[in-house]
Amino acid sequence: MTASTPVAERPVKEPKRQQRFDEGTGRLAATLLSPTLLVLGVVVLFPIMAALRDSLYQSGQRLDENGFIVKGSTFVGLDNYTAIFKGETGDRFWNAFYNTTLFTVVCVVLETVLGVAMALIMHKAFKGRGIVRASILVPWAIPTVISALLWKWIFQADGIANTLIGTQVLWSTEGWQSKLSVVIADTWKTAPFIGLLVLAGLQTIPAEVYEAAKVDGANAWKTFTRITLPLVKPALLVAVLFRILDTLRIFDLPFVLVGAHKNSVESLSMLAYDEASNVRYGPAAAYATLLFLYVAVVAYLFVKILGADVIGEARAKKPGGGRRKKNGNSGTAAARAAVAAGAGPGTGGNV
Amino acid sequence: MRFERSHARRTAFVAVASSFALLATACGSGDDGSSSGGGSSSAGALEGRGPITFATGKDTSGNLQNQLNAWNASHPNEKVELKELPEDADAQRQQMVQNAQAQSDAFSVLNMDVVWTSEFAANQWITQIPEDKVPDLGKLIPATVETAKYRDKLYGVPVTSDGGLLYYRKDLLTKAGIAEAPKTWDEMLAACQKVAALPEGKGMSCYSGQFEKYEGLTVNFSEAVNSAGGEVVGKDGKPNVNTPEAKAGLDELVNGFKTGAFPKAAITYKEEESRRAFQDGKLLFLRNWPYVYSLANKTDGSSKIAGKFAVAPLPGKSGAGVSSLGGHDYAISSFAKNKATAIDFINFMASEERQKANIEKTSQAPTWQSLYDDAALNKQFPYLAPLKASILGAQPRPRVVKYGDVTAAIQQAAYDALTGKQTSDQALSGLQTKLESLITQ
Repeated sequence: MTASTPVAERPVKEPKRQQRFDEGTGRLAATLLSPTLLVLGVVVLFPIMAALRDSLYQSGQRLDENGFIVKGSTFVGLDNYTAIFKGETGDRFWNAFYNTTLFTVVCVVLETVLGVAMALIMHKAFKGRGIVRASILVPWAIPTVISALLWKWIFQADGIANTLIGTQVLWSTEGWQSKLSVVIADTWKTAPFIGLLVLAGLQTIPAEVYEAAKVDGANAWKTFTRITLPLVKPALLVAVLFRILDTLRIFDLPFVLVGAHKNSVESLSMLAYDEASNVRYGPAAAYATLLFLYVAVVAYLFVKILGADVIGEARAKKPGGGRRKKNGNSGTAAARAAVAAGAGPGTGGNV
Repeated sequence: MRFERSHARRTAFVAVASSFALLATACGSGDDGSSSGGGSSSAGALEGRGPITFATGKDTSGNLQNQLNAWNASHPNEKVELKELPEDADAQRQQMVQNAQAQSDAFSVLNMDVVWTSEFAANQWITQIPEDKVPDLGKLIPATVETAKYRDKLYGVPVTSDGGLLYYRKDLLTKAGIAEAPKTWDEMLAACQKVAALPEGKGMSCYSGQFEKYEGLTVNFSEAVNSAGGEVVGKDGKPNVNTPEAKAGLDELVNGFKTGAFPKAAITYKEEESRRAFQDGKLLFLRNWPYVYSLANKTDGSSKIAGKFAVAPLPGKSGAGVSSLGGHDYAISSFAKNKATAIDFINFMASEERQKANIEKTSQAPTWQSLYDDAALNKQFPYLAPLKASILGAQPRPRVVKYGDVTAAIQQAAYDALTGKQTSDQALSGLQTKLESLITQ
């Protein structure tokens, strides 16, 4: 953190003209990036636009006089959206909305606490640190569907979970126990992800700061809350934002671990999948678009309120520029980047 | 400067987004509501000879490749390649639907569950097969041929069938002095009481089927309702499930859970969990498919009850029970290239010789009628006689185009009743309303 000089003494200087994005090295960068941007456009933007378009149509619902489904799609405008909020479908939608939000809040809080704890452990130098690091990261490396199958096996009626507890809890039936099984499996799987990102943040904290704290007589808790947490905050916020975006789209765990059509754990993605597997692509696209909007709004609010620095703009601008870009432009730019990254196929690559 | 830069960025973003939107709209199919052309729907000539592929779920019998090798040996220019799909029926359907949506010729012959026929035929994902192209059609069990028809036109050939069987612990029933398998539910419960009094019967539950919220629940629910004299969807195709008979059937299951005759964990059982419970000696009676027979008889140590059990037709309320008709039909994908080879292959697999070879290796149910009456086979496979009775009396599940929605509605009602979330009256009346709105044709 550079100390800023008082305003009166600052030498008067022309503000450095910022380069246009296609000047100099900017042009080379633009050229080199264009294939990637094109791929991103095809892989991210096009499906979003196509889903938006699909959600305005319906197909495959009517039978002609021979008993065959009428081919082609008909334009229905916003009917698919209004149908989602009516009657029984509306109840089911709000139930899924509640489940998704509950999973996100509970799982992310637990993962953050555990992840930070894991990162602190992994950060310390001790014998066998390599093995501990590798074993902490194993759950993250297993594909979500496989881990769902493993946990399903554990949570069977005659499985090991019930043997250890001593009573027979029917984990896959409706009720809090199915929610709990999903939370346990999700936390187990993704706390290492937060741990990994926070570990990266921890390793950028210079040792001198800790030494200074020790000299000042700070105990472990004070060191943690006053030094570690604030310095690791950028990395932690990015990790939490990614996890929020991921958990809002939760599908594999409730679907495989508990089963389809179960009210206790049905999430918004499962609703979209249900419609799509019944060949109703219009309503499925409508659900998917609503989920996309929900994720985008949550990401934007998160970035605006907490200032998560997704693309490292704030840090890059600090030395020399003198312009403090905290929540303004970097916020919106970061929000856009986060929305594009998070609402796309997957963050962190675990599908 | 800052404003200028962000203004340029914003403009670029909007331009890109709107260009993609225009692109997507232009690319999309127009809003034509044209009905299917007559030419593609009628049974066109099944033409084209050459290599084909066979898409089927994971082969749990272990004998499928032998069958395919037999074909390949005699047809070196028209070889069939096996494309194994996931074990789960829903996942198989997903893959077949995706293949059809892409109009791909990757799958030539489809191994279809009997409940998919209406949906696939209505969407024209499988072609109609003229009945004269299947010379052996009259030799197959008529109920199984019905499962392959949509609006009286043939769309597939039934190659395996499936009917529910009652597996029971013969050793324990004999010890309790019961000579024959129970024929009604009351007899079954009485038998359980007698066995529970024995020292060997301690800790055993009476009966289980498959009650998890999936397709197996639709099967078990339909069997209970039909076995009590009710129906889910009547012969006229209209739903009729809010009747006293259906209530009696559903109550049998509900009371089974309430009184503890069914183990509590049975609400989480699919086929494999229930088979394991039976094989571990925790159940006296089990309702399951024929495939369990050969697995439960294995003497390699995986089954505690090898040789101690027998099978009987399902019990009903006041007489024999009604099983749900399962099975698989082989159909030809509309987008397959070599349809003439495909129909020959299907006829080959449905032939008496192939079905006989299959029985000998697996306990899958054949569709060839005379195989059930073969004395030598009956001696070798004691499950054939109860299986034939089961299949001949079996009822199919609702044969509707929107089968996915119908089965979801049935599962919802049955699961709510079994878990006590609704009374059986509420569940059935709600189900009747839902089915009436779904089955409108």
